[in-house]
Amino acid sequence: MIEMVIPVALGMMSLALLLNLFRLLRGPEITDRILALDTMYINSIALIVLYGIQQGSDLVFEAAMLIAVMGFLGTVAVAKYLLRGDIIE
Amino acid sequence: MNIVIEAIIAILLLAGAAFALVGSIGLARLPDFFQRLHGPTKATTLGVGCTVLASAFFFSSTQDGLSLHEILIVVFLFITAPVSAHTVARAALHRHVKTTERTQGEPWRH
Amino acid sequence: MRARSWLPHPTLTLVLFLIWLLLMNSITPGAMVLGALLAWSLPTLTRAFWPEVPQVNNSWKMLGFILLVLGDIVHANLVAFRLILGPTRKLHPAWIEMPIDLHDKFAVTILASTISLTPGTVTVEVGRGHTKLLIHALNAEDPAALVAHLKQRYETPIREIFE
Repeated sequence: MIEMVIPVALGMMSLALLLNLFRLLRGPEITDRILALDTMYINSIALIVLYGIQQGSDLVFEAAMLIAVMGFLGTVAVAKYLLRGDIIE
Repeated sequence: MNIVIEAIIAILLLAGAAFALVGSIGLARLPDFFQRLHGPTKATTLGVGCTVLASAFFFSSTQDGLSLHEILIVVFLFITAPVSAHTVARAALHRHVKTTERTQGEPWRH
Repeated sequence: MRARSWLPHPTLTLVLFLIWLLLMNSITPGAMVLGALLAWSLPTLTRAFWPEVPQVNNSWKMLGFILLVLGDIVHANLVAFRLILGPTRKLHPAWIEMPIDLHDKFAVTILASTISLTPGTVTVEVGRGHTKLLIHALNAEDPAALVAHLKQRYETPIREIFE
């Protein structure tokens, strides 16, 4: 059952990433692009975890965790920069 | 693998992908920035949460012993999603990003 | 749990210990010793950064609140499905000002995050002096009713837990 479900889920996640890419390229505001990047990293975590289930490998956990941490820091740093012109106040 | 656990994993995977997809559709099609903010911050977070939970179930049932470290990702995402939404929204407010005319009420401007 | 001089943040220590065990994904004696050491030394070495210890008055109520919020997240996401996929012309987006009477900074943070996590509302700004929140709602036909709902459902339990 899982073998049948995983390709469907992978397809839906890829479609979601394409929609995020559309918003990233389209804008129109810079904040829209940040939001699109933020969504892309969250979706890519799901994509990586799905790949891990398909391969039956637990090793991708560290990659997913690192993307979660770095993605959050990146979003906050860029938003902070827009807000103040400085990253560290 | 137990058929019940397999069904739970399959449902979680499909639900997760559906939530993430709907969140991304919201990001792509809603008309202004502050409306678009609603899609990704919650639906996508819940989508990844479901997928990661499915992974925890999968590895707990295929390997010996529980595999719970996936829960860390869910907890981390649920703590950080409101924070990043809040900072991006403040940046947008600061830059006077336009909203659609039908939006009721006025935001505070500093 | 009470703070002591050799254990400034008991709850944080417990959480760090659990996080370490989850990261290691195993309960071996080695992981437990190293985890206990890290969980004790990190809050002790960084105590100058957090002088205030958030007080949780009622742990059982907090567990109930977490379950309530998780349930609301799932339920409200299903509602958001319809809003996002339906015609966008029918949405009623609104800026809402919500007065709050919480005094603890940590409690305000929890309330703002809870509002952001439940679909349909995002906390955009916290007013000076923590007396009001600026919220953007995706679909609010009656803003006053939404504020009353949020206050009754989330603010009341948070005040009981933290103040």
